[in-house]
Amino acid sequence: MAECGRVDSHTSGHTMDKSITLPPDEIFRNLENAKRFAIDIGGSLTKLAYYSTVQHKVAKVRSFDHTTKEAASDKLYEISVQEEVTARLHFIKFENAYIETCLDFIKDHLVNTDTKVIKATGGGAHKFKELIERKLGLKVDKEDEMTCLIKGCNFVLKNIPHEAFVYAKHADSEFRFQTANPDIFPYLLVNIGSGVSIVKVESEDKFERIGGSSIGGGTFWGLGALLTKTKRFDELLQLASKGQHTSVDMLVKDIYGGSYAYLGLTGDLIASSFGKSATADKEFSKEDMAKSLLHMISNDIGQLACLYAKLHNLSRVYFGGFFIRGHPVTMHTITYSINFFTKGEVQALFLRHEGYLGAIGAFLKGAEEDNPNQYSWGENYAGSSGLMSVSPDMNPMQRARSGTFPFDMLEMDRLERQLVNLPLLQDPSSYIPDTVDLTEDALAREYWLYCFEEALDGVVKRAIASQPEMPEAAARAEKFRQKYRHKLQTLRQQPFAYGSLTVRSLLDTREHCLNEFNFPDPYSKIKQRENDVALRYYQKAVRSLEELSWEERQFALVRGVLAGNVFDWGAKAVSDVLESDPEFGFEEAKRQLEVRPWLVDSYDQWLERQKGPPHKCALFFVDNSGVDIILGVMPFVRELLSRGTEVVLASNSGPALNDVTNSELQILTERIAAMDPVIQAGLREDRLTLVQSGSSSPCLDLSRLDKVLAMVVRERQTDLVIIEGMGRAIHTNYYAMLSCESLKMAVIKNSWLADRLGGKLFSVVFKYEVPPDKQPSPDCAALTP
Amino acid sequence: MAFNGHQREDDNSIDEDETPSKQLRSNNETPPGHFRNEPNNEAAAPAGRATSDRRTSNSTTRHRHDSMKKTRPPFPWFGMDIGGTLVKLVYFEPKDITAEEEQEEVENLKSIRRYLTSNTAYGKTGIRDVHLELQDLTLCGRTGNLHFIRFPTHDLPAFLQMGRNKHFSSLHTTLCATGGGAYKFESDFRTMADLQLHKLDELDCLIRGVLYIDSVVSSGLSECYYFENPTDPDRCIQKPYTLENPYPLLLVNIGSGVSILAVYSKNNYKRVTGTSLGGGTFLGLCCLLTGCSTFEEALEMASQGESTRVDKLVRDIYGGDYERFGLPGWAVASSFGNMMSKEKRESVSKEDLARATLVTITNNIGSITRMCALNENIERVVFVGNFLRVNTLSMKLLAYAMEYWSKGQLKALFLRHEGYFGAVGALLELLHPS
Repeated sequence: MAECGRVDSHTSGHTMDKSITLPPDEIFRNLENAKRFAIDIGGSLTKLAYYSTVQHKVAKVRSFDHTTKEAASDKLYEISVQEEVTARLHFIKFENAYIETCLDFIKDHLVNTDTKVIKATGGGAHKFKELIERKLGLKVDKEDEMTCLIKGCNFVLKNIPHEAFVYAKHADSEFRFQTANPDIFPYLLVNIGSGVSIVKVESEDKFERIGGSSIGGGTFWGLGALLTKTKRFDELLQLASKGQHTSVDMLVKDIYGGSYAYLGLTGDLIASSFGKSATADKEFSKEDMAKSLLHMISNDIGQLACLYAKLHNLSRVYFGGFFIRGHPVTMHTITYSINFFTKGEVQALFLRHEGYLGAIGAFLKGAEEDNPNQYSWGENYAGSSGLMSVSPDMNPMQRARSGTFPFDMLEMDRLERQLVNLPLLQDPSSYIPDTVDLTEDALAREYWLYCFEEALDGVVKRAIASQPEMPEAAARAEKFRQKYRHKLQTLRQQPFAYGSLTVRSLLDTREHCLNEFNFPDPYSKIKQRENDVALRYYQKAVRSLEELSWEERQFALVRGVLAGNVFDWGAKAVSDVLESDPEFGFEEAKRQLEVRPWLVDSYDQWLERQKGPPHKCALFFVDNSGVDIILGVMPFVRELLSRGTEVVLASNSGPALNDVTNSELQILTERIAAMDPVIQAGLREDRLTLVQSGSSSPCLDLSRLDKVLAMVVRERQTDLVIIEGMGRAIHTNYYAMLSCESLKMAVIKNSWLADRLGGKLFSVVFKYEVPPDKQPSPDCAALTP
Repeated sequence: MAFNGHQREDDNSIDEDETPSKQLRSNNETPPGHFRNEPNNEAAAPAGRATSDRRTSNSTTRHRHDSMKKTRPPFPWFGMDIGGTLVKLVYFEPKDITAEEEQEEVENLKSIRRYLTSNTAYGKTGIRDVHLELQDLTLCGRTGNLHFIRFPTHDLPAFLQMGRNKHFSSLHTTLCATGGGAYKFESDFRTMADLQLHKLDELDCLIRGVLYIDSVVSSGLSECYYFENPTDPDRCIQKPYTLENPYPLLLVNIGSGVSILAVYSKNNYKRVTGTSLGGGTFLGLCCLLTGCSTFEEALEMASQGESTRVDKLVRDIYGGDYERFGLPGWAVASSFGNMMSKEKRESVSKEDLARATLVTITNNIGSITRMCALNENIERVVFVGNFLRVNTLSMKLLAYAMEYWSKGQLKALFLRHEGYFGAVGALLELLHPS
C-alpha cells in the first residue's frame, strides 16, 4: 500500500507539550530567510523541509595591481573576508507530539518570507491541515505520497554519497555503505508502511507501483497488539527482539526431525508460522509471539520483494517505511529474508535518510521552479544529525523526562558547481575514494579519532589567530571546538553516523564545522606568507634544475615535488615542526626524505616512460600552498610543458587547511609566468590550464568533481593523471584504478600510517601505474627491465 | 487417538484408552520379511457383499493377474503421509478376495480390514472421509475400494500403539510413508511398532498422487473443479474441469505450510518456493486470537465474521479507490491494520478476527502464487492440501484473487481429494516402485 504508516492519533498520540522551549540555535536554523516549506506528517513523526539562504564569511584573494605603486607592498596578494550567500536545504524530524510547539516557533521566527503555501504529504497531513493553516497562515497543498517518496529517494541517491547501506547484524560493522553509483536507475523501492507498496523506478519521472501486500507494518502492529496487549510499535519490536520464535513456529525439524535434505531445507527453517500455537491448552510468551510475528511478516515481505525483483529483473532493492525506519531488528529480519530467498543474489538496501524521503520529495515538488535537480548538493556534516542519532528505543515521554529533544536534522548545501565523475575512472560504479574504511577497521578508527581530538586545540588556536581583528573569534572558536568534539564523540559511539567513517569524512566534518562558525579559511594568512617566501626562490630553483643532466633533472624534479609535499600543516608531525622551527627549509625537507628504494617505488618505470614520447595531456591534482606548489609542483609542470605535454592544474574550489585554492593558484601562476617564459608560453598558448576541482576538502573524491574539469579532461584527451599528497593519494585514491596512466606521489607524514603501510615517518610513496590495456607492446616492454 | 472402533463420525468424547486389544505382541521372534516369500498371505477372509460379483470378472483376467501377482506386494496396502499437523492414510480394501484367499488370510489382516472399513471415526480424532472413498478401483490387478483416513500428527503415538496391539508388523514389514513425519518418526515406528518405513519424498508422492487420482476418477463426480464467475458472488458456481493436458501447471500444496511446485511433466517438476504462512498459521493464530482449538471451529467462526472490521481497506485511507495506482477501494491495504487502534481492537468479535486471519492467509497465498505463475509463465494453478478441506471461503477467495489480479489470465483449480495426494503417491510407490 502506498500510505506510509498513517495511524490513528490515539495509537501514538501523546499529549502535545506546549511548555517546551526550543533551542533556536540548534533547530529550525536560518528560519529568517526560509522559504518553500514542505511537511510530511506520518503516523508518529513529522518531517519539515525548508529552503533557506545562509550568509557565510568567505576568504577572497585578489591580486594587487603591480603596475601601480602598491607593488611596493610586501604582500603577494590581498586577502579579504567577504559575505557570501549560499543556499541550504533544512530538514527536521520530530515527534508529532511537538507539532504545535514547532509551528508556533516557526511562526515567531519566520520573518522575511513571501511564502504562501506549504506542500504537504503523509497520512497525517489532512489531520493537521487546519492547525498548520491557522498557525502559519500558509495554504496546505497536498501532494501524492508515493510521488514524493520517489522524488525524495532519487534526490538522496544522487546527492548523498554513502546514502544506501547493507545491514549486517553480525559483521564488524553493522552498516556497509554502498558507493554512490552514478546510474541510480532502475531500482525497486519497497515501502513498508501499514501495508506494503512495491514500486519500480525507471527514471526521474517514470515509476510504477508494480505490486504490494496487505501484510505490512500495520499487520505487525495490529496483530501484535492483539496477541501481546502491547500498544506501541517500538515496544512490540523490543518484545520481538527478546523472544524465541521457535516455541511458536513449526520448524522444518519439528516436522522432519531434522533437515529436509532432499530439497536442501535446513531444520531451523520455519515450515509454518504460528504452527505450534494451534492448540488451546498452551500459553505462549508475549516475546515469543512478537518474534514469530516479526519473522512471519519480514519473511513474507522479503519473499514478495524477491519475486517482484526477479519478474522485473531488478537487483537494487531499497526498503523503507515506518516498519524499517531506524530499526535494526527489522532491517536484520528483512535482510535475512532477502538473502534466503535470492540466495544472496539480491541485497536488501536501506537508506540513511529514509525517514526524510517524503518531505524531500514534497519540497522538491514545490521548488520545481528553482530547478533543485540542476545543482549538486552536499550533506553538511556540521548541521546534520547522524544515523540513529535519536534512539528508536526511547519513547517521547522518556525523552521529555530526560530533557533531550528528539530532533533529527539533515542539512544539504547547494554546491556552486555541478559535480560529476572523473571520466578517466576505470569503473565508476566500483570506485571507492577512501583507502581505509574506519567503520570496519576498529584500530584505525581508534587512532584517527584520537588524532583528530588531539589536533583540535591547535586548530582552535589557529582559527582564533586567523581573525586577530575580531575579538569575539575566541568565543566562536570555542563553539567550534564543542561542536567538532561532540561530532567526534558521536562517531566514536556510532562510526556509521554519516556513512562510512574515513579520514576524509573526519577532515570534511572539521571543515564544515569551521565554516559553520565563520572560520572560512584559518590558513589564509599562513598560505599567503608561505607563497610569498616560496615565490622568491622560484627562479633559483629552476636555474639549479636546468644545470642538471636530463636524467638527474628527472629525479630532482620528483624529489622536489616530494620534498615540497613535506610542507603540510594538515599533518600533525609536520605542523609541530613548522610551528616550532619556522626555518625548516626546502633543503632540509629533501634531506628528511627517505632514500631510494622508497616504500612504494616505481620511479624506474616512470623514468623509462619519460624517455618515450610525451604525454598528450596531464591532469595534476595539486596539494599545498607555498613550497609545495611553487618549488615542487611548478618546476615539474614546467618540465612537462617543455616536453610538449599539456597540463591541467586542478586545485580546490574552496579552502581546506593550507591547500592551495584555485583563486590563489591563479595569482601564483600569473606571478610565476611573469618570471618564467615557459610557464608564460604555456598560459598564452593555452597548454597550461587551471581548473577547480569542485571540492573544498583536503582529500579527493574522483566521483564528485567539477563538471568543467571533466569537460576539459575529455577535450584534451588527458592520458596522465598525477595526484599529489597524503590526503589525495594515500587517504584517498591509493587504490583508485584509472583508465590512463597515473602517478601518485606522497610523503607519509604520520608515523602511525607509515607504520601501517610498513614504512616510517617521511617514507615515500611513488606509485606509477599503467592500466593493462595501455601497457607498452611486448617489444617495447623488453626495453624496460 | 486410537483406532478403537467407534462408529459414530461425530464421536470424539470417548476416552482413547479404550483400545480393544491390549494383548502383547506374541510373534516378536518373527524375522523381518517373514511373509515376503509367501505370495498368498493375503489369505481369504469373509468378503464383503460385493466380493462375489467381482469374482467372475476377475476370472476373465486371471492370466494377467497371475503375472502381476509375482510383483504385487502382500496386503494390506497402505500409503501414509505424515505432515506437520495431520497424518493422511489411504487404505486399499480389496473387494475381489477369493474364497481361497480368504481362508489363507491371517486373522490380523482381517481384523485390520474390518476395523478400518466398518468404522468412520477412530478414537477421538481419527476420521475416515467417506465421501472421498473411491470404489471399484483396480490397482495392480486387484479391485477394491480406496479409503481416505486422517488423524492429527500429535496422535501418532496412539496410532503406533494400535499398530503394535494389532500386530501390524506380523503382516509385512514395509510401510510406504512420506511427509516429514516419515523421517521424524521413523525410529518410533521401529521401536514402538516394529515397523520399517519405506521413506518417500513428499513432493514426488504429491505429484504422483495428483496425476493418478485425476486419471482414475473419470466418471461421476469430477476430481478437478473450478469456480465459474468467481468475481460475482451471486453467479459463482462450482464447475467440473477436465485436466486432460495438465502441463505445465503450478501445484500449490497448502498444508501447515505451503509448497509451490511447477510441474512440466510426470517426472519433471521443481519446487519454486514455499511460504510459512499456511494452514498452520491460520489455525495457530486463530487459537491465540479466539481461544478455539480445532480447524473446524476456526472455520465456523470465520464464516460468521467480517474481516473489514479488522483490516484497513484502501477506501479507509483514500475514501475510495486509489486511482493513481489502480487500487480498488475494497482492496485490503493493511491486514489487521485497524487493530492498531485501541477502540477498534475493543469493538471486534472473535468471529471477525477469525475471518480476517483466514482472508489474510488466503490472500497472501494467492499473491505469492500469482507471482510464481508469472515468473514461471504458467497459467493453470491447482490448489491442494488440507487447508482447503471444507473451506469454500478460501477456495472462492483464491479463485477470485487469481482471476481479478491477473485480469482473467490465471485459472484456479481445485481437487476433491485435497490433502490426500501425498498418501496416494506413497501407496503407488508400494505397488509400482519407481
